[in-house]
Amino acid sequence: MISRRDFLQVGMAAAALLGTSGFGNWARLAAQQKLTQNQLLQFDTFGNVSLIHVTDIHAQLKPIYFREPSINIGVGGNKGAVPHVTGTDFRKLYGIEDGSPSHYALSSGDFSALAQGYGRVGGMDRVATVIKAIRADRPDAILLDGGDTWHGSYTCLKTQGQDMVNVMNALEPDAMTFHWEFTLGSDRVNELVENLPFAALGQNIFDVEWDEPTDLFPPYKMFERGGTKIAVIGQAFPYMPIANPGWMFPEYAFGIRDENMQAMVDEVRAAGAECVVVLSHNGFDVDKKMATVVTGIDVILSGHTHDALPEPVVSGETLIFPSGSNGKFVTRIDLDIRDGRVLGYKSKLIPIFSDVITPDEDMTTLIDAQRAPFEAELSEVIGQTDSLLYRRGNFNGTWDDLICDALLSERDAEIALSPGVRWGPSLIPGQDITREDIFNVTSMTYGKAYRTEMTGEFLKVVLEDVADNIFNPDPYYQQGGDMVRTGGLGYHIDVSQPQGSRISNMTLLRTGEAIDPARSYVVAGWASVNEDTEGPQIWDVVENHIAKMGTVSVNQDNNSVVVTGV
Amino acid sequence: MKLTRRNLLILSSASAAATAMGSLPAFASLTDDAIAELTGGAELGEGAITLTAPEIAENGNTVPIEVSAPGAVAITLFADGNPVPNVATFNFGPLSASRSASTRIRLATTQNVVAIAKMEDGSFQKASANVKVTIGGCGG
Repeated sequence: MISRRDFLQVGMAAAALLGTSGFGNWARLAAQQKLTQNQLLQFDTFGNVSLIHVTDIHAQLKPIYFREPSINIGVGGNKGAVPHVTGTDFRKLYGIEDGSPSHYALSSGDFSALAQGYGRVGGMDRVATVIKAIRADRPDAILLDGGDTWHGSYTCLKTQGQDMVNVMNALEPDAMTFHWEFTLGSDRVNELVENLPFAALGQNIFDVEWDEPTDLFPPYKMFERGGTKIAVIGQAFPYMPIANPGWMFPEYAFGIRDENMQAMVDEVRAAGAECVVVLSHNGFDVDKKMATVVTGIDVILSGHTHDALPEPVVSGETLIFPSGSNGKFVTRIDLDIRDGRVLGYKSKLIPIFSDVITPDEDMTTLIDAQRAPFEAELSEVIGQTDSLLYRRGNFNGTWDDLICDALLSERDAEIALSPGVRWGPSLIPGQDITREDIFNVTSMTYGKAYRTEMTGEFLKVVLEDVADNIFNPDPYYQQGGDMVRTGGLGYHIDVSQPQGSRISNMTLLRTGEAIDPARSYVVAGWASVNEDTEGPQIWDVVENHIAKMGTVSVNQDNNSVVVTGV
Repeated sequence: MKLTRRNLLILSSASAAATAMGSLPAFASLTDDAIAELTGGAELGEGAITLTAPEIAENGNTVPIEVSAPGAVAITLFADGNPVPNVATFNFGPLSASRSASTRIRLATTQNVVAIAKMEDGSFQKASANVKVTIGGCGG
């Protein structure tokens, strides 16, 4: 497949970087010399229409490190299928050499060493350079933002999304769909969306009172490009009021609504669309299923579950392109659309190596202007880390281990619960931990750290409930995050079992005793969806903890969760 | 603050949700009995009735449900996990332009919503949908 070959050319170019210890500045220089912007952008323009997809940026304006997961279990029909293939298996599947740029960008393994060599990824000024280059090839390329854009950083939280709106507007997208944006509250979302110079799409964004479509979020937009008509249908995150606090946007209802999706596809086809694109925040497995239920979708641009694959997955007659997260990737898709249908495609998942791609100067200036009022707070060093801090993984990540430790110690709790979100960049050993870094993994509009009591029985209900949102064999019942992280609590999970039977052997790690269903435990957590949650903000809890520790060391082999049934 | 089960379930449903999860709906046999009574034990066809329900309820207290069965004279809805599974019966006269109805129902827990349509020829059609009522938590 063309896209794989293009991508692997990049892989071959820097294959010399094998061997993962002892990387220093010389290695980074080697990486930069071996890997060029031209190689990353190389693309023989094809067909008559180009799509550009970015998604799940989570307000990461500046380059960051981002480690992909090593545990990402697929269940039901998706057992062993991408994106549920990680590390060595992933590289084997796609023919990616160990130590290559593709290894570093797309898979886990030797992350800290490779990060030393290849440097940071992302940065919206680098993304701007890539988008401009694609537009130089194809001036009327359609730029589509899959959402989770106005959330995830200190400046985004403080400006209620304004920094990201300003930056994205400068990129001139053609349409966008939504998820975490709604946690700004419906008043703010409405205000921002009303002033957007591009389409805010969501065929599944309904008015809660009458269960009818809204005026503010139309289902689709038609584009005339390259002598043809392309319809882009928006699909917002289906489970917003369940996975996030519904009280913040009580006027809106969501859901998958695939019967309405079918109606919209039929409507745009009847109106002359020769190509139907869904800009989706469903999550990958939900998209894959939807493509088999709804007929007539040519392309799904997939977001939410933060997967990045070097080539599309075909489901039914639909091509699905997942484009990663945190500004780490831009996907370019060229389509040959003629005679009422898509006759061919060519695509490339472009990794944004920040040391290789030249930042766009205007965008750097704009980004720095957003950050300037907050620069002193952002850059304050709170501590250092000896260890790799990352989040992605079905059951734990070292950032969440650290957050759980902070909750246990600062809130004097027996058990800590931390949400299984997938956003949040990584830090590599030896880095300073700044306040910005802490906000990158904690910032949200409902970040209060509660302290409460839960019985052992109820803790099991919580774990079972969350586990079913991830491991239900039917993707339509999956919400797309990871397992709630536990501190001070170990358990066994058999992912092949139904809800109610997955969790066993719950243990209070402090004493090694089995959790007593009847006893109450002191539990600290954050990101509760309840309106009346009380407590200090989680970023303050984590900052206090790190400040006390000075240098943070986190065990890289957390084995408090034992997994079976994979 | 003592966090009770009710607090956590505030967005999902009646607080009964927590205990019945994962097991077979406790009231399923009540629904079977009610269906048998309605149909006189007749065979249930499928395909001519459409039931539209959310996969996961946003609010278990008010779940939007839509049924449609062209050629039906009546459609009855059941919620097989509710203490009283009979929800509603919609009757259609010969002049009804469309044989469809939508309403909102309260679901105590994760369960099946079942719709039975009595057709003009006296046969019966069945459709069901599993609606999950969850605590909720955290997305990507």
